[in-house]
Amino acid sequence: MKEMTYHRIGETAVWQTLPNGLPVCVIRKPGYTRKYAFFATRYGGMDLRFQLGGQWLDTPAGIAHYLEHKMFDTEDGNALQELAKNGAEPNAFTSNAITGYYFDSTEHFEENLRILLSFVSIPYFTDESVEKEQGIIGQEIGMIEDNPEWQVYKRLMQALYHTSPARISVAGSVESISHITAQTLYDCHRAFYTPANMCLVAVGDLDPASVFALAEEVLPKESGPAIPRDYGQETDLTPLEAEVSCKMEVSMPTFLLGFKCPPMSGGQEQMRRTLIGELACDVLLGDSSPLYARLYSQGLINGTFGYSFDTLPGVAYAYIGGDSKDPHAVAEEVLQEARRLVKDGIDPDYYARIVRANYGSTLKSLNSFESIAISLVEGQFDGYDPLLFPEMFDSITPQDLLAFIRENLCREHMALSVVYPKE
Amino acid sequence: MNEYRKELMPNVYLTVLPARKFKTGCLSAQFITALDRDRASYNALLPSVLNRGTMRYPDMESLSAAMDTLYGTTVTATVRKNGERQCVGFVASCIDDRFALGGEKLLEPMAELVGELFLDPVTRGGRYLKEYVDSEKVNLIDSIRAIRNDKRDWANLRLLQEMCAGEPYGVSRLGDEESAQKITTHTLYRHGQQLLSDARLELLYCGSAEPQRVEEAVLQAFAALPRGQMEQLPPMQLFPAPETPRFVTEEMDVTQGKLSMGFRCGSDDVPAMILANLIFGGSSNSKLFLNVREKLSLCYYASSSYARSKKILTVSSGIETKDYDRTLEEILHQLRQVQQGQWEPWELEGAKSTALNSLRSVGDSQSALENFYMSRAAVDQQETPAELMQSLSAVTPERICAAARSIRLDTVYFLRGKEAAQ
Repeated sequence: MKEMTYHRIGETAVWQTLPNGLPVCVIRKPGYTRKYAFFATRYGGMDLRFQLGGQWLDTPAGIAHYLEHKMFDTEDGNALQELAKNGAEPNAFTSNAITGYYFDSTEHFEENLRILLSFVSIPYFTDESVEKEQGIIGQEIGMIEDNPEWQVYKRLMQALYHTSPARISVAGSVESISHITAQTLYDCHRAFYTPANMCLVAVGDLDPASVFALAEEVLPKESGPAIPRDYGQETDLTPLEAEVSCKMEVSMPTFLLGFKCPPMSGGQEQMRRTLIGELACDVLLGDSSPLYARLYSQGLINGTFGYSFDTLPGVAYAYIGGDSKDPHAVAEEVLQEARRLVKDGIDPDYYARIVRANYGSTLKSLNSFESIAISLVEGQFDGYDPLLFPEMFDSITPQDLLAFIRENLCREHMALSVVYPKE
Repeated sequence: MNEYRKELMPNVYLTVLPARKFKTGCLSAQFITALDRDRASYNALLPSVLNRGTMRYPDMESLSAAMDTLYGTTVTATVRKNGERQCVGFVASCIDDRFALGGEKLLEPMAELVGELFLDPVTRGGRYLKEYVDSEKVNLIDSIRAIRNDKRDWANLRLLQEMCAGEPYGVSRLGDEESAQKITTHTLYRHGQQLLSDARLELLYCGSAEPQRVEEAVLQAFAALPRGQMEQLPPMQLFPAPETPRFVTEEMDVTQGKLSMGFRCGSDDVPAMILANLIFGGSSNSKLFLNVREKLSLCYYASSSYARSKKILTVSSGIETKDYDRTLEEILHQLRQVQQGQWEPWELEGAKSTALNSLRSVGDSQSALENFYMSRAAVDQQETPAELMQSLSAVTPERICAAARSIRLDTVYFLRGKEAAQ
């Protein structure tokens, strides 16, 4: 058992790796009534090609998400209902890199944790139950396809990347999921839902030792082998297409501007580079930046404007977007402001203010149990400690930001995705 | 949680919810006014214009710089609809003093900033700046139009417009495009002055500061608040469902159809209605979720929600156009089950624990607390989460059946895909 105290942010984390290889973390939150548990596997929408028993396997798009849906089935019925009966609010999500299952409850925490750990580790489905799910997931796919924000994002990924599975939607398509059978789901579960490939984080007024003991009691005693995965090679930072667009039932154009960045390789360096990417975007595009004020007052952007720096397996990118009457003008302004910053440098007072604001908003996110748990799991899978962000800020300089902007935020690495209104 | 409440000035109330466990302090200032077709867009526009600048920080850049210096303090302009009331104002959030790198105090400057946004906006010749009003007006109209982008929201909005046409409840939170178009710098300024002087102001703070300190900070920040004639808020308009339900169908180019249904509920037994709704469609353990979605695979989502202040229950679902008749029938069938008390003991247990769990969790989130207390204040309720939990625990199955039997279908709104219609 390893206890970590983070004085600067007032948090304590207690870690233990179980004999079966599962890392478990408890974040103590005295004074809170809620208790939250998040159980995740390093297996997401991008893990389509992998090696199992010496053989490379290609699996249908959407399989991780499909498996997530089916995991709630148990021999006795459905775990969702079991948890809901206890007043817990259970749910799950599948992202590009992770599938996570969680619940939130104010009572019966141990009983709920037992249910969570057991349904995620014991698959129970039949060909019939798998087939029935096609209807529900088909509806879900239909719903997200009607969502302009999803369309604009998916198309951006397809413009930025040549071969990476980042091009492929996490939920897959109605066609791709039709190839999924109970057997493929069992194979994927066996490959990826192994203790050493997973992580459990519990947040609340909890006793860490009893959480560790319970996890050890409920979960399998052994882990499986590590699974090599293939995310393709995207060494070329030139996007496949500079611009893509489509038309939908929207009231005004909605856009995403993406910049392809070199992939990350894990560890504290990944966290540092991610923070540099975020801060560089803050300096260039944040609410108090000259560019934001200019675009807003020209009516080129509105309150929907936002940006982010994201890291996925084998790829990293910055993206900027929102609703705009003229996405091309926004793109040109962004490029121009990036060039100006590289030329003029960053005012030291401005830089200090941006770092302060980012520190404040990262600290704020620690009010959220979900966000603590997800960031710890991501950190665990990629080999860094997200709670050391204040120390990491200390190690970053304005020159790091300028280098990021110079190398990444340029036309050669840029792609624009727009959804235009019909008519 | 020991709640502290005080009338600071005529028709100005401060609620303090002391809590040391958060990383942040949260301050909300909301003017409570009647929801009304002519004024809804004015109220929606006002905080966005005020949020553009104060005399001290006259533009977005300087205002945002001030907030960055306060460790990324956020001040969000809010417009909400609670029953037939509109709440207009700001919610501010700042890291707690104990995390300030130089040990500085942050509550006072945050309160000062919120006060300034209302009381010392940047003006020219006694008006808001035309360029700010014009650009926020465009943004407001864009937001009103953008409701169409999310088909689920759109179907729910259209349902209420149809069902409550002529009632204040049929007015959307942001008002409508037509009345927004008519707003001018002059009329908006006049409206703002009137709202500030006549509407009730509810202030709420949640965080580590003592009530005394909060009171001093907000009194100072709002010292210049004009207090005029108090706006009399009209009571809620309640109507029975029509003899025959109304059916409205519209088309859009979408793959998935949206079926929304509105019901009127006569019952005054609020706790029983809350539980009836949870059993029917208000949770992942509900009849709609388990039967319409899971068992019959008729839709990806189907859920219900109960607006206690207006005594309306709505169902929202996403379906294939071809499944319209079957889904509609199935939803009504599930409602009859609730009305006849056809549920397993675990369904009621689950509903109760879901309700209690969510009320117990309110104290763990500043935004949930802000929302709970503000929506309560907006409709003149005084109930605390603990009191509501107590009355929920005492509800019997008979009371749930009785309350559910008061639910009557009023309007069905269906948004269907164009291709399917051909």
